Amino acid sequence: MKYVAYVDVQLKQSILDPQGEAVRSALVQMGYGGVQKVRIGKRIRVDLEAANEAECRRIMDEICSQILANPTMETYEYEIKEESGK
Amino acid sequence: MKFGVIVFPGSNCDRDCRNAIEAAGFDAEFIWHRDTSVAGYDCLVLPGGYSYGDYLRPGAIARFSPVMDSVVEYARDGRPVIGICNGFQILLEAGLLPGAMQRNVGTRFICDRVRVRIESTRTPFTSGCREGDVLTLPIAHADGNYYADPQTLAELEERGQVVFRYCNELGDATPEANPNGSLNNIAGVSNEAGNVVGMMPHPERACEAILGGTDGRRIFESVAEWVRGGVRVGQDG
Repeated sequence: MKYVAYVDVQLKQSILDPQGEAVRSALVQMGYGGVQKVRIGKRIRVDLEAANEAECRRIMDEICSQILANPTMETYEYEIKEESGK
Repeated sequence: MKFGVIVFPGSNCDRDCRNAIEAAGFDAEFIWHRDTSVAGYDCLVLPGGYSYGDYLRPGAIARFSPVMDSVVEYARDGRPVIGICNGFQILLEAGLLPGAMQRNVGTRFICDRVRVRIESTRTPFTSGCREGDVLTLPIAHADGNYYADPQTLAELEERGQVVFRYCNELGDATPEANPNGSLNNIAGVSNEAGNVVGMMPHPERACEAILGGTDGRRIFESVAEWVRGGVRVGQDG
């Protein structure tokens, strides 16, 4: 089966995000005074083949924890879609 | 005394390292990241640069280079391994050292000359120094803001794994002397055994007087002396 996984990697709340903070302060300067917090993460698309959804999830857990996210400072979650035959 | 300098795609301090090591009177050879043997070297150096363009996170892809299995084995044998700047980030990603690097506080890439205080002399790379010695070394990084969770940080401090701390001219690790926001002013750490060291400052860029300082030589001279028999070297090496 072909699957598409969308991985969302975010910095843990305890980790400072200077990029997000720079964007927040720019937004406030632009007049969006209501913006209180900006955190910049990553969205990663992985196309893969796996026997079934359970195997797909097993593979995704492995690659997310080994390389796509650094568990010391990041968290991840992903969603999986079965790819239609196109 | 033969150093092996590992070259990843995107390393850019590999030649500086070799020059500095040779200027200090030792041999150095490059090891390509696709090589799978590190036999015959007395010390391994993971140099600075932008391995794999810093894609994903600094060091995240380099740690899966073919050579890294042998580096891990070499480190587990208790032999000396040092990661400088991006090399430090690779050792963190590889799990050979605890913690992680965040983006610098203030988002800037920092290129400067800083002072670091020697916190531990039990590593091969600082065995020729005295605790409290202050070295002046260049830094050049965007992700040098050292982070570890509170428990790991407490353990590092307890076990004497903090090797270098950013400090002022008096040797005090003040907030003002901290260039990048690193927890506890940490500029370098070791593993529990002490044989693996990571540091953000660039000792290889401070090995010749014409380049503005020679404090970096003490790192290479220390490990050479340590390899020769574990005898401490004096300031003159």
